[in-house]
Amino acid sequence: MNSGSTSTLLFQGSDWNFEKISRAYDAIEKIALDELKLDVYPNQLEIISSEQMLDAYSSVGMPLMYQHWSFGKRFVFEEHTYRKGLRGLAYELVINSNPCITYLMEENTMAMQTLVTAHAAFGHNHFFKNNYLFQQWTDASAILSYMEFAKKYIAKCEERHGSAAVEAILDSAHALMEQGVFRYRRPPRLSSEKVRERTRDRLEYEEQTYNDLWRTLPSAADGDSDGAERDAQERKKKLNLPEENLLYFLEKTSMILEPWQREILRIVRVIAQYFYPQRQTKVMNEGCATFVHYTIMNRLFDQGKISEGAMLEILQSHSSVVFQPAFDDPRFPGINPYALGFALMQDIERICTEPTSEDRDWFPGIAGGGDWRDTLLDAWANHRDESFILQFLSPALIRKFRLFKLTDQANQNFCEISSIHNESGYEEIRAALARSYDIGANQPDIQVVDVDLLGDRQLRLQHNVKNGVLLDEGSRDETLRHIRHLWGYDVSLTGMDAETGTTMYECSTKQTAA
Amino acid sequence: MPNFIDRRLNPQDKSLGNRQRFLKRAREELKRAIKEKIKSDKIADVGGRHSVAMPIRDTNEPSFQSARGSGERQFILPGNKEFVPGDRLPKQTGGGGASGTGAGIGGSEDDFQFVLSRDEVLDLFFEDLELPDMVKLNLKETVAFKSRRAGFATTGTPTNINVGRTMRNSYGRRIALHRPKRWQVEALASEIEKLEGGEKPEAARKRLKALREEMERLERRRKRIPYVDPVDVRFNRFEAQPLPNASAVMFCLMDVSSSMGEREKDLAKRFFVLLHLFLKRRYERIDIVFIRHTHEAHEVDEETFFYSTQSGGTVVSTALEEMLRIIAERYPSNEWNIYAAQASDGDNMAGDSEGCASLLQAQVMHLCQYYAYVEIIDERETEIFGMTDNGTSLWRSYRTVTEKWQNFQMTRIAKPADIYPVFRSLFAKQSTVQLRS
Repeated sequence: MNSGSTSTLLFQGSDWNFEKISRAYDAIEKIALDELKLDVYPNQLEIISSEQMLDAYSSVGMPLMYQHWSFGKRFVFEEHTYRKGLRGLAYELVINSNPCITYLMEENTMAMQTLVTAHAAFGHNHFFKNNYLFQQWTDASAILSYMEFAKKYIAKCEERHGSAAVEAILDSAHALMEQGVFRYRRPPRLSSEKVRERTRDRLEYEEQTYNDLWRTLPSAADGDSDGAERDAQERKKKLNLPEENLLYFLEKTSMILEPWQREILRIVRVIAQYFYPQRQTKVMNEGCATFVHYTIMNRLFDQGKISEGAMLEILQSHSSVVFQPAFDDPRFPGINPYALGFALMQDIERICTEPTSEDRDWFPGIAGGGDWRDTLLDAWANHRDESFILQFLSPALIRKFRLFKLTDQANQNFCEISSIHNESGYEEIRAALARSYDIGANQPDIQVVDVDLLGDRQLRLQHNVKNGVLLDEGSRDETLRHIRHLWGYDVSLTGMDAETGTTMYECSTKQTAA
Repeated sequence: MPNFIDRRLNPQDKSLGNRQRFLKRAREELKRAIKEKIKSDKIADVGGRHSVAMPIRDTNEPSFQSARGSGERQFILPGNKEFVPGDRLPKQTGGGGASGTGAGIGGSEDDFQFVLSRDEVLDLFFEDLELPDMVKLNLKETVAFKSRRAGFATTGTPTNINVGRTMRNSYGRRIALHRPKRWQVEALASEIEKLEGGEKPEAARKRLKALREEMERLERRRKRIPYVDPVDVRFNRFEAQPLPNASAVMFCLMDVSSSMGEREKDLAKRFFVLLHLFLKRRYERIDIVFIRHTHEAHEVDEETFFYSTQSGGTVVSTALEEMLRIIAERYPSNEWNIYAAQASDGDNMAGDSEGCASLLQAQVMHLCQYYAYVEIIDERETEIFGMTDNGTSLWRSYRTVTEKWQNFQMTRIAKPADIYPVFRSLFAKQSTVQLRS
């Protein structure tokens, strides 16, 4: 390699080695930190093979994961689509941890390694470190040690209680994963290994010294109640009802679970909670990473550090990543978060630097402000998809994507186009698009409303039906059976219209089991 | 400079455990699917990879999902061309609602084929089949040894040092003997240094002296009690474990005379292919000897055995003689488990069948663990013969053998679909006690 004065290129040819990547990394880091003012966790780049990438896929992208058949199923599925060539593997995978771990595929060319380093090790990394959701709701430095604990703990449980018993609990817990997150209040921090150790010791001690006699003691004579109503109120207050986090409720309240089973529910819940911010920021996260890699790659090219051939390869890959097929295209998979995110970021840059009069009307705060970097950094830190789109989706972008809104009412035999990209439609489209990224609003809202611990112990759930969207009955009944498995007694679910309060349906494991 | 870790050399198959769990869960359904497939596929493909439709039962992962066709739902879609507000699009019939145009939430994940590896296929395929017990093993000397971990020893070669054990012993000894710790010595040294540097009033000098003595004592003690002492050292101990001699030889005998038509040969081949796969799976080391015969018998290689043709008369006993010759030459029966399978259409030269039977009774059956005879008959003949003792001369004479020898099995095959059940019945797990009696 003659990196003499004749050439400022970081690399030549498509083969990579650690020296080249490290040189490219330094150049990227300089631009990222000095020009874009990114703030990142220390990076750890790991080279993996395609086989290992498939492994990582199937264990939801975590480097450590407990064992469960559903991951095997996912692996089989991913492997199948990959081998058939239906879908390529991602070039990289990045983990929200401190240090931030980025997987690079060994098959990538040097140009691709440069691209994904900028994309993941700086774009995603900055987003993980600075976005408020990740800051408040996940603990990047604790997750890896927690996963290690989880894996070991579940393996230990399998040894002690048999893999069938553990699998049964995990199956049920997985069914409730979506209902296992705190949406509104902040989850407790992951306790350190020491604290967990102490808790487990205590639980084990309680297990050993448990005396069944206590249970037979008559409860303190309670004064005759003046109405079941008040009792119910009291009960709900004690149990902190209504409760949206079903897994949490079952873990704390179920009477049939043993300590190890509770711990497993907790593990599943913690993992669900850890991924919750990622699901709320898909567009922003990918948009941020794509914008960062695009900007950095162009800077490197301007500085003469990337050859034209490599730049062409990078652009080709970039444009296929941000490709958005139209709704009637057979390839249409929904709105591509990379495309939308990247377009939004670029649009902000445009509005800041060369706004039109329309932009000045819509975004008086930032239009023509000039400093797009600060605007972007601020947006990345303080928004999630829903609020970000609501704040920054411009009419220009709506026109560019030619977005339109389709309303589908179940009782009519047609769908209606309710808004298109015109003056009267912008606001409505922006609001509806933002709403579609609000996970809290789109997922069925199911809460624990009551349970009579002294009576028949039936667990009563309530589904607040929004816009008349009901639950799929087959999976609903199966999921209820899983809840019953964890609760130990019958479970009933009532569908209540969120606006009118009328009961729309009722079902219970009593009926479905019969 | 980032922190690089090259993970490519890490153990592969991290999700093997998950895959196995998954297969276990879907086992019943997979088994059924594979049997169906193999019935229709070419038998020679058994050993290959198979793709099986993803089983849905038992591997469903339910969760609360919104129903597709209910309530009012809104979609934002890109790429508008001609729509204006108020346009109405008819819904696709078939209850799909707007799923055709709706956001791309479609595409059931369960709807795919997945590929089982050869081992997994065979595992399912040969489940609960077993070679008839290896009776002779008990009588035979063991000839192979395999070293196995067996605890720890105080002596051994340096390569076998068990560092963990050694350091544990060393640590325990150091604690028990109160070996001064490094930080104690260092603390003392630094205190001495401090005192030496400063002024020296009487008290300090005294203290310094005491400290130096203490220091010397510690140093001495540290020297006397070494960090690692020879008594701490432990070695991994290995023990030679005698291995039962599990080497086996399989004799495949087939009639290739002209009376064996294409159909018969094909059936016989299928049977042998199955056998071949089964044996390869059960034994780490197995020799297979192919003998084909017309009026004379030859040992041939696999390729020739299965794929080349020859014509001539039929003298079955020549094959048995050839087999005996090879056993005597290469496979002494005290070292080898000997199995044999013979396929024929039952035709034989007049008078030779009795010869075969007596050859079997007198010699072959004494050497063999197990002998399977498969007769390939015409489909129309099945009804005539059924399970009766009638039949070809060879069949009739072999009946006398099977009466005397429990490890002689015979059966008839008429069509491809018979092969697998017949194979199963020949090699179904039998209680070993019976055979040993």
